[in-house]
Amino acid sequence: MTNLLYTDIEDALRESVRGAMERHLDPHSTTGIYDEPKPWEAKAWQSLTEELGVAGLLVPEDRGGVGAGPREAAVVLEEIGRAVAPVPYLTSSVIATQVLLELGESEHIAALAAGEATAALVLPWSARPGHWSPVQGTEPVKPVAGAMGADLLLIPVAEAGGVQLHLVKAAETTVESLVSFDMTRPLAAVTPASGEVLATGDDAHRAVEAGLQAGAALLASEQYGLARSCLETTVDYVKNRIQFARPIGSFQAIKHRLADLYLEVTQAGAAARYAAATLADDDADKAVAISVAQTYCSDVAVHAAEEAVQLHGGNGMTWEYPVHLYLKRAKSSQLALGTPEKHRQDLGPLVNITT
Amino acid sequence: MSDPKTMLRQRVDELLATYDPATVSATEFLGARFDAGLAWVHFPEGHGGLGLPQEYNEDVANWLAEAGAPEPDRSRNGIGLGMVAPTIMAIGTKEQQEKYLRPLYTCEEIWCQLFSEPGAGSDLAAVATKAVLSGDTWTVDGQKVWTSGAHHAKRAILVARTDIEVPKHAGMTYFLVDMEDPGIEVRPLRQITGEAEFNEVFLNGVKIPDADRVGETGEGWKVATTTLNNERVAIGSGADREAGHIGVLAEKWRKYPAIRSEAAYHELMHWWIEAEVTRLTGERLRQQLEVGQPGPEGSAMKLAFATQAQAITGLAIELDPDHGLLYDDWTMHRPDSTDFLGRDVGFRYLRAKGNSLEGGSSEILRNVVAERVLGLPAEQRLDKGIPFKDVPR
Repeated sequence: MTNLLYTDIEDALRESVRGAMERHLDPHSTTGIYDEPKPWEAKAWQSLTEELGVAGLLVPEDRGGVGAGPREAAVVLEEIGRAVAPVPYLTSSVIATQVLLELGESEHIAALAAGEATAALVLPWSARPGHWSPVQGTEPVKPVAGAMGADLLLIPVAEAGGVQLHLVKAAETTVESLVSFDMTRPLAAVTPASGEVLATGDDAHRAVEAGLQAGAALLASEQYGLARSCLETTVDYVKNRIQFARPIGSFQAIKHRLADLYLEVTQAGAAARYAAATLADDDADKAVAISVAQTYCSDVAVHAAEEAVQLHGGNGMTWEYPVHLYLKRAKSSQLALGTPEKHRQDLGPLVNITT
Repeated sequence: MSDPKTMLRQRVDELLATYDPATVSATEFLGARFDAGLAWVHFPEGHGGLGLPQEYNEDVANWLAEAGAPEPDRSRNGIGLGMVAPTIMAIGTKEQQEKYLRPLYTCEEIWCQLFSEPGAGSDLAAVATKAVLSGDTWTVDGQKVWTSGAHHAKRAILVARTDIEVPKHAGMTYFLVDMEDPGIEVRPLRQITGEAEFNEVFLNGVKIPDADRVGETGEGWKVATTTLNNERVAIGSGADREAGHIGVLAEKWRKYPAIRSEAAYHELMHWWIEAEVTRLTGERLRQQLEVGQPGPEGSAMKLAFATQAQAITGLAIELDPDHGLLYDDWTMHRPDSTDFLGRDVGFRYLRAKGNSLEGGSSEILRNVVAERVLGLPAEQRLDKGIPFKDVPR
């Protein structure tokens, strides 16, 4: 079986990204986004793209990237999840980048890899691999993730022969922000527009599909990072919170919940790693791995965040404590790129289990 | 010296050339394999190994499997192979290693575990079975319970109380026992499946030479903990997809369209995914062990196995009501080996109830994970620091 461990290079990458997130983000300013929305935290995003150059991990060197791959990008996403970082890494550096990669495009992809531009795929954020429809008519598409603040929009439009993929500059259409459940990945309504046609028919379809697959596979790593962070924060909290003259973490009612959560989070790590690895290897088991990881990691992230709120007691319910940022990101990500229920539906036929 | 893999391959080829698995008995082959150092290559030379890193065991096992060679029967001697051998190797004396490892490996001698007692289940350190030393012989009196395989075991590992004046963890000693001692009486203990895998074992004046003590007198807790850690690691990793209960149920689903429904589909897929994710976690644990970085997830994974086995067998009964209403056989048997999957769905459902009890209950395992892995504070307890004789029981 494919390697599920982290390499030394990946460990070093993790350390750099974690350091950058700790330097450039703090929970209070992240919470501030709910009152004063913005597409992303500029300093954190700059640090990722300019200092660390991780926006180009998926892009080969001869096309302006770093020539790494999904395993490394997954490590970056684990750290983004850990910090609930408001950065468009998943939408621009993974999904939109993968769409352009699949097309063999090289002009815009170099700009994305260098962090000079960001892009978004214009489909509802709940669209999933194998189950999405190209944009019809002139009604705004919503809710779209990563479109707020993006320079480039990739819009798959329905046409007679199937799909036509348009590249539209943000200035040439309307991107209206929406009040989102998770304001750290703000959603928007995007009015369809025509632009440069990048591909049509099967090519366009395949490119969008590849973007969604990469997104679903690697979202699992973001969810895992988020869940792990919730577990660690909560363990820390119950070790220090004293009630009845003892740390509440010495009560079995609390211990057992956290032991169960540890198991879930550990397993989520294995599932997410397997999805990233099969994506990197273009393994025949890729589709199975993605559906398994999406189903499992989505729910574990939500459960971890819910446990964090409950076990932080009254503090977990406050705006002041950052736990709510995790819950909102987790619950919103559960719906992104296909709900667990939809992925369970997709998985059955892949493993010869049908109704 | 050539690299270990080439050398091992050579040894395997020589073994196969001299002892053709098709013609010699399993016992003879396994004995020869032990003598060639190919039983567990990470053990020292002379004790079934060659002092090589553990990761080479997999190569040896694969080559021998390709040649159709027999493996020692884990379903009959799981305790011996998984727990006793590593403990004797780690802590036993040279004489114990020489005397016990080879027949254990060939399964000529099956081992059982005399740990639990009516008053010492999860609280193993509460054992009251008493061992008294006179000259160089110990005399043991007491009762053990839930002892799997005691009825066909030649030997046993035993934890007994050797000092009641000190706190409970400090007053226990670990022994190797001959189950043919006339002071041992084994009575079947019938379980909810109808059969009796396990037993009650009564010890009346059982004699144990001091040479069969493992570790120092009073250090039985430490030795027993080594054994139990091995038990938890020994519980499966690196399995194929759909190994275990989920595979049985998925096969049934594929074969009988009549049992399918939309609601059941989602429940089946839920457990399919749980089982798959646990399999991936086990695979990752195996990869970590291979590079010498064992993770702490072993004890947590046993929680997952137990939960899944119980839920999946329960679902399997419900999916086919007319069949689930029946049971294959209530006749009292004393089976030679444990097979969680071997019988019909009703048996599997009932047997799976034991999965959250044997080898540490799920509740105790959650404490272990919380305290040792997550570092949460220990439970406040009433039995610390006072002599065993004064502990409320």
